[in-house]
Amino acid sequence: MSLYRDEGIVLRTQKLGEADRIVTLLTRRTGLVRAVGKGVRRTKSRFGARLEPFSHVDLQLHTGRTLDIVTQADTLHAYGGPLVADYPRYTAGTAMLETAEKIVIVEKDPALRQFLLLLGGLRTLAGGGHDPRLVLDAYMLRSLAVAGYAPALEECARCGSQGTHRNFAVHAGGMVCTVCRPAGSATPAPAVVALMLALLRGDWEHADASTERDRGQCSGLVAAYLQWHLENGIRSLRLVERA
Amino acid sequence: MYEGAVQNLIDELGRLPGVGPKSAQRIAFHLLSAETADVKRLVGALVEVKERVRFCSVCGNVAEESECRICRDPRRDTSVICVVEESKDVVAIERTREFRGRYHVLGGAISPIEGVGPDDLRIKELMTRLADGQVTELILATDPNLEGEATATYLARLLKPLGLRVTRLASGLPVGGDLEYADEVTLGRAFEGRRSLDF
Ligand SMILES: [Zn+2]
Ligand SMILES: [Zn+2]
Repeated sequence: MSLYRDEGIVLRTQKLGEADRIVTLLTRRTGLVRAVGKGVRRTKSRFGARLEPFSHVDLQLHTGRTLDIVTQADTLHAYGGPLVADYPRYTAGTAMLETAEKIVIVEKDPALRQFLLLLGGLRTLAGGGHDPRLVLDAYMLRSLAVAGYAPALEECARCGSQGTHRNFAVHAGGMVCTVCRPAGSATPAPAVVALMLALLRGDWEHADASTERDRGQCSGLVAAYLQWHLENGIRSLRLVERA
Repeated sequence: MYEGAVQNLIDELGRLPGVGPKSAQRIAFHLLSAETADVKRLVGALVEVKERVRFCSVCGNVAEESECRICRDPRRDTSVICVVEESKDVVAIERTREFRGRYHVLGGAISPIEGVGPDDLRIKELMTRLADGQVTELILATDPNLEGEATATYLARLLKPLGLRVTRLASGLPVGGDLEYADEVTLGRAFEGRRSLDF
């Protein structure tokens, strides 16, 4: 397999040498791929704009010794344009891209569900119909769920007893009952837990009707939970703005 | 691996941006075979740049005195500021001879994924410069790539309450590139055709 074709979302780019870029992509069939885009930083390169973060591209790649090389890229969707014109949306989107890279971690190990989730998340974010922070929180919760780390919300994370419990413990894996409750557990309002559940299920009608205060608490819990499960924190979370 | 001094040189060169292990080795052996006088001149230039060059207290451009050559020049128009990411962008724009105002060098672009936020750039310094009301137009000449655009969006929103004319270089610059690679003609045209930003 020296030449292959795939479709991917550009997660990150880093400068390489004089005018090249290393592009990190989450692809539909190959999973996480790091490849070189040659000459893309020259303003004459027609390639450059297509290999920017948030671009959904159709790609042709050449397998290299350490890094693959992008030999062709055609835009399928350019989500960067609408996102970059709205700062809160842009920062939320950046946190989504960073989460995708840090949750998939392993290169060239197919992660179709993560790819589809990110594609859907970016489409929703660029569409502009919902609070960007809600879109980000929904994406993070679902991406954790796909990776096998869904927080327990309707049962105790420790003993499994069903029901709506009062406490949330990040390191226990979600909501906990009064018996299992470790010291230092949070006590979120019932509406906050309901919001997390709505985001996890994609119930936008419920999520859009939530209060500013509940959204803030929900974001705090989701961020803490995500950072606990990922070895390295999500750097861009610090810069996410509320719309 | 080479013996002590040679390997040290290769390691040091390899830490420079854009220099890979192979290039570092090539440069090291070039220096090894070069005339002693040539190497001494290079060493002198390196030491001098660290000792004499600093950053302009007004605009953040590289300077040999507390203010840079452009900020000291009384012929430059004080009512317009062109905001760029790096000092090398000032050089690129100066080459076009299209711009007679002054600059403000941010020291990079907003890049959440690299942990670079608005507070890490010279944005507070820019706001201070605008406080006396002398400046009436601000040209946002950040790179025509995603991070440059995001920085321009952030600045435009921040500047809106001040009621200045805020413009962005014309879209003749292909997106995705670095400003420093734009040729003079394209960059000059981008200046002439700059458009107002209404956020
Ligand atoms: Zn329990
Ligand atoms: Zn200056």
